[in-house]
Amino acid sequence: MAVTLTINGEQRLADVEDDVPLLWVLRDVLGMTGTKFGCGIAQCGACTVHVDGEAVRSCVLPVGSVVGSSITTIEGVGATPAGASVQRAWLDLEVVQCGYCQSGQIMSAAALLASTPDPDDSDIDAAMAGNICRCGTYVRIRAAIKQAAAGKQP
Amino acid sequence: MKLQVDGISRRSLLTGAVAGGFLLGFRLPAGALTNEPVQPPDLTGGSFAPNAFIRITRTGRTTLVMPQVEMGQGIYTSIAMILAEELDIGLDHVSLEHAPANEKLYANPAFGVQATGNSNSVRAFWKPLREAGATARAMLVQAAADAWQVEPDACSTAEGRVEHGISGRSLSYGELALAAASLAVPEKVALKDPEKFALIGKALKRLDTRGKTNGKVVYGIDAMLDGMKFATLAHCPVFGGKVGKVDDSAAKAVPGVRQVVVLDDLVAVVGDHMWAAKQGLDALDIRWDEGEHAELSSANIWASLRAASETEGAVAKTVGDVQAALASGETIEAAYEMPFLAHATMEPLNCTVHVRPDSCDVWTGTQVMARAQSEAAKAAGLPIENVTVHNHYLGGGFGRRLEADMVSSAVRIARQVNGPVKVVWTREEDMQHDVYRPVYRDTVAATLSADGKVAGWKYRVSGSSVLARWLPPAFQNGIDFDAVDSAVDMPYDIPNMQVEFVRAEPPALTTGFWRGVGPNNNVFAIECFMDELARKAGMDPIAFRRGMLKKSPRMMRVLDLVAERSGWGQPLPPRVGRGVSVQPTFDTSIATVVEAGVAQNGEVSLRRVTSVVDTGIAVNPDTIVAQIEGGLIFGLTAALFGEITVAKGRVQQSNFNDYRMLRINEVPQIDVHVVRSGEAPGGIGEAGVIGGPPALRNAIYAATGVALRRLPIERDLIAGKRT
Repeated sequence: MAVTLTINGEQRLADVEDDVPLLWVLRDVLGMTGTKFGCGIAQCGACTVHVDGEAVRSCVLPVGSVVGSSITTIEGVGATPAGASVQRAWLDLEVVQCGYCQSGQIMSAAALLASTPDPDDSDIDAAMAGNICRCGTYVRIRAAIKQAAAGKQP
Repeated sequence: MKLQVDGISRRSLLTGAVAGGFLLGFRLPAGALTNEPVQPPDLTGGSFAPNAFIRITRTGRTTLVMPQVEMGQGIYTSIAMILAEELDIGLDHVSLEHAPANEKLYANPAFGVQATGNSNSVRAFWKPLREAGATARAMLVQAAADAWQVEPDACSTAEGRVEHGISGRSLSYGELALAAASLAVPEKVALKDPEKFALIGKALKRLDTRGKTNGKVVYGIDAMLDGMKFATLAHCPVFGGKVGKVDDSAAKAVPGVRQVVVLDDLVAVVGDHMWAAKQGLDALDIRWDEGEHAELSSANIWASLRAASETEGAVAKTVGDVQAALASGETIEAAYEMPFLAHATMEPLNCTVHVRPDSCDVWTGTQVMARAQSEAAKAAGLPIENVTVHNHYLGGGFGRRLEADMVSSAVRIARQVNGPVKVVWTREEDMQHDVYRPVYRDTVAATLSADGKVAGWKYRVSGSSVLARWLPPAFQNGIDFDAVDSAVDMPYDIPNMQVEFVRAEPPALTTGFWRGVGPNNNVFAIECFMDELARKAGMDPIAFRRGMLKKSPRMMRVLDLVAERSGWGQPLPPRVGRGVSVQPTFDTSIATVVEAGVAQNGEVSLRRVTSVVDTGIAVNPDTIVAQIEGGLIFGLTAALFGEITVAKGRVQQSNFNDYRMLRINEVPQIDVHVVRSGEAPGGIGEAGVIGGPPALRNAIYAATGVALRRLPIERDLIAGKRT
């Protein structure tokens, strides 16, 4: 069967069963490989995307449940003000090392800033604790979120 | 700066190689050292390629070929900086390419094989890369001087141009490429005076990060090919076991499942996407032939390692008369034990393969290009020259990708599949079929002199030799130089000492290099024991260490600085302690202070970490800070949580729920200070991992008086629930 998805503002058609997790539809069916596989059980956050603006783990999200929703991935998040400011801060502060987890980190951070424009440390902890980074870039992630938040102030 | 290291540039590299012959044309004379810039200039392709690392086309396009792989450590930027420094070209004018598999051209001079590890990229390539850049520059200058009929000394270079200051003439490197390519490669070239470095020593932006923030960068797991299928696999859960019987009827009924591949030691399911393959694998009814290790447990492994550690080892170092020194006073003894660890790279193991009757293409991210190629050739039953490995950025390496087992198994699966297939391991498979950081037991005995110094020191490492399996010629006289690294070259001035190695291989499990390698184990044992000795001597841990560092001025300096910057000696609340460690690892001197709090129930919280680093010339200082920050978190993660255990021949951990990682909310303030130094660059990619665990353990010792001797941190011991 086929599902129609709205991804980064575009309609995409995927010929898959309803219960296939969104992650594999994005990566293997649509070839959008920016969203990463890390654990498969919503423990690491590498697969984070936005569904109607909310950060979710696409590895455990059946594709059938997001038909009709607006999906944003790392490939499209730069078109949002929060996503663009997060990406800029990530580069300014040299957050990235291997980079594999950073799609998910950026998606979680962008969702945080979209809902909480001036997050404090506990907001950052709450929003980002689901994203593991094996390279240990957490110190810079925290600093970059604060910088992105400050940059958004007029 | 254009970063073109994904599909397009790989194709152009190969096309160029075939059309122009400049890469295939590289020849090393017999007996030449690896990486010597002796490749004859190529004229047919129109590129100036004086060595294996630099190509400049007539249009001025400059390509730097990366002999070491980028797995997060920032090495692509550092290598580009070193080459560009001597070449005198701006980084915004260069493209980077992954080196192809070629042991002769791209072997790491420290190992003699094409490998990225042991924090050896800048250390080993510092001189060859400077020479490569300087050689290219000298030839371009000569070409310009010839054209202008002036002396080369009258010419200068900057930003990819040769200039003749007196006449004001100037030519770009592209304009000079053809003429330079016809010149003989000079045997000796002058290197730049470090005082004149324009790039090296500056905190430059990394060249690989933009694509890592917008989803565009391509890791091995992202390889996509027309007509590709997706597969996932299961090895026998018991180490060394084989496939018995497989009933695949339910699996084949799963939507999207295309094929079940049954091999001697593993089963794979091939489908239209990973989920179909995974559902298919779960639906298989597999009867495993578990083999001889079906009853193996951690208890067995530890019992045999403890027994082995009581035997004499091969002597790796002797100074003075250790027996006499130990007999001269009270002998203090301890044994430290380190667990198996998994690598858990964020990018799970994967390898994409297309086997055709006469060729095999492999897409993956590997730390060992040539080994990946030769293992693929073996598995494919093809000559090595018929195998092409397409390397990628690595979503973490940490030593796991120094192995090629994931290439080998993927090729064996792909031989059964018509067309390209991407084999992706589940996280569970990745964790349960790792090559594990070995268990180690370190026994140490020491005596103190009346003035509070170590008078005698006998140290024995017992554990697996990864090196003996991985690079057999390097294992000599029973000594694994990695396993005793940082034990044979302690910074402390100890008049009587001996270091031994007992090789004790665990049954069934394969051991592997793990970021920080041998020094992780040795620095932990040494620095923990130093704190116990300091307490015995009634001395402050830093004062005790200082007393033995007179011959290690660089270490003394970082230790003094870390004391100052960490607030050492300032009052702390109850059940909070500071611990220190020093490490001489990878030609880098680091001192680290961890401040930690200990709850009554034994839970430990990190409050602050301070490291001071002397790594010689800091090629890209911000990368060094980042590597230490991240390395500290990597090491402290292992110290707090990391342990792989075995029961019934199987690994008991499976995913991030039971193999815990530090998360952002658990990470404290981390201050890293890099001191200025003119010494040769040291290694940095692994160094940060090492000092955190002993400093944390010593902080707990300071806070509670409990001298922990095993990792991970034993919370029940701290809480007094066990002694």
